[in-house]
Amino acid sequence: MKARIFVTLKNGVLDPQGKAIGHALLNLGFASVGEVRQGKVIDIELSESDETKARTDLENMCEKLLANTVIESYEIELTK
Amino acid sequence: MKSAVVVFPASNCDRDAAIALEQTTGKKPLMVWHGDSELPDHVDLIVLPGGFAYGDYLRCGAMAGRSHIMRDVKAKAEKGIAVLGICNGFQVLTETGLLPGALMRNANLKFVCRFVGLRVEESQSAFTRRYRKGDVVNIPVAHGEGNYFADDETLNRLEGENRIAFRYVEGENPNGSAHNIAGILSEKRNVLGMMPHPERVCDAALGGTDGRGLFQSLLETLS
Repeated sequence: MKARIFVTLKNGVLDPQGKAIGHALLNLGFASVGEVRQGKVIDIELSESDETKARTDLENMCEKLLANTVIESYEIELTK
Repeated sequence: MKSAVVVFPASNCDRDAAIALEQTTGKKPLMVWHGDSELPDHVDLIVLPGGFAYGDYLRCGAMAGRSHIMRDVKAKAEKGIAVLGICNGFQVLTETGLLPGALMRNANLKFVCRFVGLRVEESQSAFTRRYRKGDVVNIPVAHGEGNYFADDETLNRLEGENRIAFRYVEGENPNGSAHNIAGILSEKRNVLGMMPHPERVCDAALGGTDGRGLFQSLLETLS
């Protein structure tokens, strides 16, 4: 089973990198660009075949290491 | 006073910290490798030094915060042993939950390396008793991720419980830190995390001695 984890800054947390990316896009002429927020994608291969168990494991991984829940939120996507 | 400095892969201020401790306390600290599972039993102070532990992979302090030795650092901190985290060490402390909040990318996205003015906001702690409240000291910063963030409730608590030990002097905040926070204390006041480097200003030959007070405070309290 494969998982893709998205880690992004929580709403309300300032994202200076996202802002800089937004500015750069505007400078390149993409005039329609509004707010930009950036984050991380982490791909994980799992030997677990039970989807519920895999999801529980992944949530624990996010809480314990992959996301800093003070400033970040996460989403888990599972594919077989 | 017996002290220990934890060394992570890519710590780079561990020896500066050791020299500052030796000069102030007269005793060499123990250097403890991050892969060790335990610190010696009778240690009065644990220092988490500056650097780029584990190359800042994932987030600054994230990997170091989950290393073997940190379990024992956490256990000892909970027992009341003094823990000082400087720069990367402060990031490690927030990552392990020993201090609240998080240290984010500097607001201007630049690495800052220069002296800043800090106001001592709290002299009632093992780390700051040799300073007077309101003293302004010059201590260098050197970081790209020192922008202290916490939710309003946490910030109000830190303010209300007098747990902000150092604040950047108005107009000198180098990173966008909330409430100009440069260093905070834990609830039991035995853990201090700070972005500036007091260990770099303990010898006049290196440009200043404003950091000495912190190590002298510890010596006075823990001996």
